[in-house]
Amino acid sequence: MALDPKKHAMPVQDPQVRAHNFSEVALGYTHEMAIDEAKRCLNCKNRPCVQGCPVNISIPDFISCLKQDDIEGAYNVINKSSSLPAVCGRVCPQETQCESKCTLGIKFEPVGIGRLERFVADWHNANCKESPKKVASNGHRVAIVGSGPSGLTCAGDLAKAGFKVTVYEALHTEGGVLVYGIPEFRLPKAIVAKEVDTLKQLGVEFVTNAVIGKTLTIDELFEQGNEAVFVGSGAGLPNFMNIPGESLKGVYSANEFLTRSNLMKSFRDKCDTPIMKGGKVVVVGGGNVAMDAARTALRLGAEKVYIVYRRSMTELPARREEVEHAEEEGIQFELLRNPVEILGYHNPDNPRDERNGFVTGCKVIKMELGEPDAKGRRRPVPVEGSEYVLDCDTVVIAIGTSPNPLIKSTTKGLEVNAHGGIIVNEDGLTSRANVYAGGDAVTGAATVISAMGAGKVAAKAIIDSFK
Amino acid sequence: MYKILSRKELNPTVTQLEIEAPLVANKAKAGQFIILRVDEDGERIPLTVAGTDKKTGAVKIIFQIVGATTEKLNHKKAGESIQDFVGPLGKATEIAGKKRVCIIGGGVGCAIALPVAQAFKEQGTEVVSIIGFRSKDLLILEDEFRAASSKLVVMTDDGSYARQGNVTVPLKEMLEAGEKFDEIITIGPLIMMKFVTLAAKPFGVPVTASMNPIMIDGTGMCGGCRLTLTEDGKRVTKFACVDGPDFNAYEIDFDEAMSRSRMYFPFERKAHEEICNLYKNA
Repeated sequence: MALDPKKHAMPVQDPQVRAHNFSEVALGYTHEMAIDEAKRCLNCKNRPCVQGCPVNISIPDFISCLKQDDIEGAYNVINKSSSLPAVCGRVCPQETQCESKCTLGIKFEPVGIGRLERFVADWHNANCKESPKKVASNGHRVAIVGSGPSGLTCAGDLAKAGFKVTVYEALHTEGGVLVYGIPEFRLPKAIVAKEVDTLKQLGVEFVTNAVIGKTLTIDELFEQGNEAVFVGSGAGLPNFMNIPGESLKGVYSANEFLTRSNLMKSFRDKCDTPIMKGGKVVVVGGGNVAMDAARTALRLGAEKVYIVYRRSMTELPARREEVEHAEEEGIQFELLRNPVEILGYHNPDNPRDERNGFVTGCKVIKMELGEPDAKGRRRPVPVEGSEYVLDCDTVVIAIGTSPNPLIKSTTKGLEVNAHGGIIVNEDGLTSRANVYAGGDAVTGAATVISAMGAGKVAAKAIIDSFK
Repeated sequence: MYKILSRKELNPTVTQLEIEAPLVANKAKAGQFIILRVDEDGERIPLTVAGTDKKTGAVKIIFQIVGATTEKLNHKKAGESIQDFVGPLGKATEIAGKKRVCIIGGGVGCAIALPVAQAFKEQGTEVVSIIGFRSKDLLILEDEFRAASSKLVVMTDDGSYARQGNVTVPLKEMLEAGEKFDEIITIGPLIMMKFVTLAAKPFGVPVTASMNPIMIDGTGMCGGCRLTLTEDGKRVTKFACVDGPDFNAYEIDFDEAMSRSRMYFPFERKAHEEICNLYKNA
């Protein structure tokens, strides 16, 4: 059989339909598609894809199982390296990781590794009812701060090595950014709940509504008998642009907008948490979070959604697939534009006018790309006198986050860098003995899989330290 | 789930609950707040801690029925439970080193002002309290304030009890008569705190206001609680949940805070009506 130069296309919901619902966009490979796609893998000797994976999944091995229709075998291979395969199969930027290294990719499209991972994980979750076996206790206790991707990964690896693990979560639901940040249409919450359940079956204990740094301190976690602590508390504070009008009603940080919709379920009719819906929406930023916010606004009923980004499409940092999906759904990209002011309604004759203080528009200025900066990205420069107004009712600011100071300010001897990120060595160990950290709390906003990689590194270091 | 240990109606619109939350009771100090959810579909609302009992693990909260969530909360009985309860959040009120302070509470804000007054009294600070209400029906915690203060002035807007007028009237009188305070702490409606600040300004007394904006997580993540302050002539954004809830009142943009507090008024009105109808028909 001749090799298909293209990977099997992912079946998706029709853009016109999905723009109005919160069901998952990508529907997943069928059994037949998955086996056919697996057969495209050359099973090459040097396995470059494995190096491209932050948690080093033995990719050719799981694909080999799949070729022989041994799906559970494939799952077992993935599960050795990843605690969250159904999540990673959906949200990993495979095109810049494993798939970017694929030998097949030199001449053709690479193997659809992410899609295969998702197929295997979904098949396992649908067909395998056996609960994972608890490992005999090694008598050691570890506390984990935050139940996002780094914390869940670290918890999983430690539990599998016999540690008694307790995960503390500040919010009322486990999952961190996987539940408050990433929307349902990209990562159904039932999948996150399923992964958390698997960890519970392994003996991991979860304590929600516990803000470490407030409810309990790191020192108290040690006093309670924990011998190591892993901090995976996430990035935290949303950045604003510091332009006039950012406090008008209708201006949200992406964190707030997405949390209202995802965690608090504002998209449902029967929900107590309000969110501004409909009208015209401007989303500022070009990352995955900006795409998520724009597509959420659309599904909440917006008549028009703009993405305002200060560089061009080439520099746009969001995953290509997300950008394509957004475009298909009708999101309008205002590229090489930067907001300079958010405009609001003001009735000079009636201070009690209910419309006062609500957003009416976003003034943007045209940009052009100048000289490359230190990172090699061409710096956007404003074009003088080119301002114009985009009429809108809501503005969502998705320009990144800064680390949360809650843990740093309540933990003596925990050193942070100039940006507030916790300083760690190559094992994820902080300046405090037996305190490890990873994920966005260390790096600032990054990807789910890099946080998982950090959780894995720290888990290994903790396991080794008790040998 | 968090058990309701006791329930008491302080007036027709204000209810006090004690919630079993030992970790919070163990840590909470005057001025800090909690976030709760009544049920699975509920919204997260911040409420300032009105008192704690470390022995029983109880955290006291006092709330006014203003919307759907507080209406639902008000229908919970002692022995029942609420879904979520997390805290203590925010920074505690700074009480150290003050010899004489004036506490000014308005309406349900008095519930939060009381533990602050008590904390000051406990460390030997002389407390003068001014508490204001719209009318006699809405008066709460008068005896408790009297016990915590060397002097207490009660005001009602309509004159139905004690002295008629708003809280700035006796404050101005005291300041004009030459009374000295190391600090004025004001907790209540934004409009009241704004005018307390304006009244105190000519006398150069430091004023601290306790802010209670809309928020979701309470840990600095959502930014919904942001306020604009003017620090050294520069406008800066602060998050009430992690930087506050107490701020130097002279720096706060109260007009902006008032506008932001009304962001969901139409939504809240509708939701409250729906919930009320639900209870009426039940």
